[in-house]
Amino acid sequence: MANGHAKPDHDYHIVEPSPWPLIGAVGALFTAIGAILWMKGLPIAGIKIGSAVFGVGLFGILFTMYGWWADVVNEAEYQGHHTPVVRLHHRYGMILFIVSEVMFFVAWFWAYFNSSIFPADPAQVMRLGLFQGVWPPQGIEVLNPWHLPLLNTVILLTSGATVTWAHHGLLRNDRGVLKKGLLLTIALGLLFTSIQAYEFAHAPFAFKGSIYGSTFFMATGFHGLHVIIGTIFLIVCLLRAQRGQFKPEQHLGFEFAAWYWHFVDVVWLFLFSCIYVWGTWGGTFE
Amino acid sequence: MASSTTVDAHDRPRGLGRFLFSTNHKDIGTLYIIVALIGGLVGFLMSIAIRAELTHPGITIFPGLAQLLHGVDPAMALDAGKDLYNVFITVHGVIMIFFFVMPALIGGFANWFIPIMIGAPDMAFPRLNLVSLWLLVGSLVLAVLSLFVEGAPGMHGFSGGWTFYPPLSANLGSPGPAMDFVILALHLLGASSILGSINFIATIFNMRAPGMTLHKMPLFAWAILVTAFLLVITLPVLAGCITMLLTDRNFGTSFYDPAGGGDPLLFQHLFWFFGHPEVYILILPSFGIISHVVSTFSKKPVFGYLGMAYAMVAIGFIGSIVWAHHMFIVGMSLNAQRYFMFATMVVAVPTGIKIFSWIATMWGGSISFRAPMIWAMGFIFVFTMGGVTGVVLANASADRQLHETQYLVAHFHYTMSLGAVFAIFTAVYYWFPKMTGYLYNETLSKVHFALLFIGINLTFFPQHFLGLAGMPRRYIDYPDAFELWNVWSSIGAYISAVSVIIFFYVIIDAFVRRRAAGANPWGVGATTLEWTLSSPPPFHQFQTLPRITGSGHQ
Repeated sequence: MANGHAKPDHDYHIVEPSPWPLIGAVGALFTAIGAILWMKGLPIAGIKIGSAVFGVGLFGILFTMYGWWADVVNEAEYQGHHTPVVRLHHRYGMILFIVSEVMFFVAWFWAYFNSSIFPADPAQVMRLGLFQGVWPPQGIEVLNPWHLPLLNTVILLTSGATVTWAHHGLLRNDRGVLKKGLLLTIALGLLFTSIQAYEFAHAPFAFKGSIYGSTFFMATGFHGLHVIIGTIFLIVCLLRAQRGQFKPEQHLGFEFAAWYWHFVDVVWLFLFSCIYVWGTWGGTFE
Repeated sequence: MASSTTVDAHDRPRGLGRFLFSTNHKDIGTLYIIVALIGGLVGFLMSIAIRAELTHPGITIFPGLAQLLHGVDPAMALDAGKDLYNVFITVHGVIMIFFFVMPALIGGFANWFIPIMIGAPDMAFPRLNLVSLWLLVGSLVLAVLSLFVEGAPGMHGFSGGWTFYPPLSANLGSPGPAMDFVILALHLLGASSILGSINFIATIFNMRAPGMTLHKMPLFAWAILVTAFLLVITLPVLAGCITMLLTDRNFGTSFYDPAGGGDPLLFQHLFWFFGHPEVYILILPSFGIISHVVSTFSKKPVFGYLGMAYAMVAIGFIGSIVWAHHMFIVGMSLNAQRYFMFATMVVAVPTGIKIFSWIATMWGGSISFRAPMIWAMGFIFVFTMGGVTGVVLANASADRQLHETQYLVAHFHYTMSLGAVFAIFTAVYYWFPKMTGYLYNETLSKVHFALLFIGINLTFFPQHFLGLAGMPRRYIDYPDAFELWNVWSSIGAYISAVSVIIFFYVIIDAFVRRRAAGANPWGVGATTLEWTLSSPPPFHQFQTLPRITGSGHQ
């Protein structure tokens, strides 16, 4: 640190200059431009390079995530920058991040309820004609919630229990339980994602063309993305646990992965009850 | 800006890396202010072009502008000019909101002064602070790129207004990639603001100096706290809203497309669930700044400190549940209209608390009419004007007549273009000596005030008449009957342009003359912690945290 010679008289972490924000933001810019070129099939100098630009940008973002968080882990584990007050910063930060994620899902649920509660709204002339005034819409076969979706509910709830088991192991400094619990949680997460992928591939309705499929795949698809992100978060925790990181009294990385996992779990419960069960009530199952 | 001082020059990183990789809240704040200056200037030039076009009936300026900017064929220039006019009103709005007012007040002044005012050495997450800045710059790049690609068929840029309503923003109205650039610009900007807000909340909750309870915290910190919560709660909904627009455009979904059972009004609800709190996001930081300036120059603590703080909390809360008053004419049920109308009017109560408390702060005070105080008083006047017309527009019945007219344009420019902008200039003239260590020419800054005050009132006051007479907004041309007030309105805009030139002269003059400001140029009224530091403050302030005793706040 530039002012390393004048040790400040407080517990805050004065962070050194970092290249990651700039690299990450440039990555985000490339991802955005690449996505547009790709989606619109636009050529630059005659070549369609959208997917390549998108890939480069995405790599920049992932590289930034790796480098940035590796810095954070080093500061926490080995450089002693994570004083109690700094840990509290991070707790506030993570809670607020999850709050913003919750509000992100509010948008999908809003879109879903906007059509599912009012299938017979006389003002929505075209919807009334298409759906015959019922939800699920007339003519759309829906997924039976008591088959794979129920199994997935059980899987996610169980994974919530196993991650808590791992946490208890960590708190008692039982590293075996920590690793076993994490491994189990990750396995359950991957199982959930696989079942969800199977169900998506075999769904009797499409993302395109109907508000039923659009709201269904948007909400459950973004949830699935969050499950994948949460699983990666847990895998990172497992790798860190194997390197001997995390202490019973200080393990923010693990805590946040667990919080995130529970958040993903709760979102699923809302999806399951609102979209899978209530939203298919009285419908024709495939 | 703080380049030539001494205290700890050997401590700070040198060269370009100091800014590219900065984790220092003051350097990042300075960068934000530079972004805001660029954004504000571009947005202002666009508004001058708009006023130049509207001075007289007939379409005069924009066909030529379209030929100049996009090399349009002269035979097509009239249509291209009409579309370009709508691109200008769209981009003027987007730039002024997201690349001028927000970066200036939140990214710039809040970044600079929130840590100092609460006695902290920096923000809670310095790297997050920097990524917020660079994401904003990335977003600006995308927004600028959108101007040069196809929007509406055969046209350049997105021309459907800053509210992006489908079907104007769907494939039907704007099939070209311009709208996709705008959507992704909003995504980056949203990420930037959410991360920045998380940073502010963590900082304000967790880094206040020992002894500074929430109820002793400066009002600017309260303002930013409420603002940050509004952003964290509403911006993700906008992100979802425009993501669905993106999939509608590119992946064939039907969220906003009635042909698949979707609903364009869903977009409006989701948009205004963000969009209405956004107007409070723009004005709450101003409230904080004005409180400090009025108190400083009246040499009195703010009247009703707690009332002022909780009035902002109330404005934030009520402001989040009134969004559909932007949609009175879309065919909502009368009960819904009644609710949104009365809820909207309730916002006037906490806002009234603020206005009257500022006046009560001045009452019996020993007022010195320094430049920032003049600006703050200007703010109180113009914002009250905008607030009163807001109560008029809140009436669903009156809105039947006034919706999408120049009356509305006058209303929100009185709150934003005059309110928020006057607050920005108040903050500039209040904190410039602190940030740079230099004094500016106060007489000229008062001339700046006088010209802008006259110019901007002349621009927007006649627009009330035009709106009441039925002139719609967002049209390039109008019947001859509206000419008189449009001429005056444009003259006002040109007077404002002169005042902006004076502003830049004042700033450059201050840097050239280098009159030292000293730690506290404002005297005994300035009681917040930034005035206890040198001007400019050291690169890392408060190596030993200050202790707050007594009442603390002002």
